[in-house]
Amino acid sequence: MSTEVNVTLTVNGERVTRRVEARRHLVDFLRLDLGLNGTHTGCEHGSCGACTVRIDGVIARGCLVLAASLDGAAVETIEGLSETNEIRDLQAAFIARNACQCGYCTPGMLLTAAELLREAATSRVAPSREAIREHISGNYCRCTGYQAIVDAVESVAKTRAGQS
Amino acid sequence: MKAPPFRYLRAETLADVFRLQREAGPNARLLAGGQTLLATLAFRLSDPDTLIDITRVPELQGITQTADGHIRVGALTTHRALGADPLLRRHVPLLGQAVPLIAHPAIRNRGTIGGSLAYADPAAELPACCVALGATIITAGPTGERRIPAADFFTGLFLTALTDSELIRAVEFPQAAVGDRATIVELARRSGDYAMAGLVAHAAAGAGVRLVYFALGPTPVDARHAAAALGRGPWTPDRIKAAQGALDQDLDPPADQHGGADMKRHLARVLLARTLAGFDPSTKAAAA
Repeated sequence: MSTEVNVTLTVNGERVTRRVEARRHLVDFLRLDLGLNGTHTGCEHGSCGACTVRIDGVIARGCLVLAASLDGAAVETIEGLSETNEIRDLQAAFIARNACQCGYCTPGMLLTAAELLREAATSRVAPSREAIREHISGNYCRCTGYQAIVDAVESVAKTRAGQS
Repeated sequence: MKAPPFRYLRAETLADVFRLQREAGPNARLLAGGQTLLATLAFRLSDPDTLIDITRVPELQGITQTADGHIRVGALTTHRALGADPLLRRHVPLLGQAVPLIAHPAIRNRGTIGGSLAYADPAAELPACCVALGATIITAGPTGERRIPAADFFTGLFLTALTDSELIRAVEFPQAAVGDRATIVELARRSGDYAMAGLVAHAAAGAGVRLVYFALGPTPVDARHAAAALGRGPWTPDRIKAAQGALDQDLDPPADQHGGADMKRHLARVLLARTLAGFDPSTKAAAA
């Protein structure tokens, strides 16, 4: 029996069908099969968060899911979130606060922060800096020292909650 | 590294799982959330020739209340769902405290309780929670089901009572009674990292406290001597000190990458004092 699998899934709203090696994780599928380079590989074992994407509406480590297992799933990457303008305010805040230096962690940070902000939207109370730090604790950054990232997320959280 | 090559099969029912396992042979592994297995494959610590995806098997899903007053949690329940489910929030509130300590949000969205228990990492939170709460693990195999008390399930370092042909089907938790208290505390370098030391404490109303440590031995450790020294309360400074001393009879922590046995013992004492202060604020001054 073959080590390859046919898979059909939606990526950033577009239906794609490919034949993939069963062992290919989602990040390699996105980058190598679909040419979507915005998602990055860092540790490739789930610790660093650089590979964070959205699967069926919630964030996940792209390196810890097989493309072959995603038949029928909906995947969103940084490219998709950018196109829909969903995180336009977050991206602007990252630039304004110098929260993006080399940019390697940034897509993962944005995907992760977007989920926190979406979950906070229901309560109309902006998450505290401590809550922001806790939520992004699974995303490593080697450049910024995190402070500017927390600043950026906090400023967007407050604006969205009508508190700025 | 990239994972080694393997075949990928998907099971649609529990019967499928057993059939595919039989056909695939002994070098097949089950794939659920994948949050441990795929990392293991990336390190090439494991070399299966087949992965059997069980994520769509309906018999492993769902959270229900049983007729005899337990909450039954399907093995495929993600950590995220574990923390959010209304039945669990109401009847097994400890789990809502434990979930935010497990790894990070992206991992919690896909990792499952079945995976956490089956892999039995000594630093994991859920095995200790299951032991402290007196949960029952329900396994399924080609020849039928078994019910295994959590205290008997974790048999050694990364070892459980599961046989090669079994998987975890569900976990049953007793419902918290009025006056029950349970809490979990852990110490980790970075929030979400594997714990250096952890403690689950469960005080049933009118009874003593059950203390179950994790990351301080190959399996969760039920600290019975310390619990006996505490008794039913009140937890006076003398009692707490006696219990901290009694921990030496319960714990034999191996040194690991975080530190030596003495450090681990010290952290165990610190966690005990903090936990009791959390249960009963009047003990905080006593434990300081």
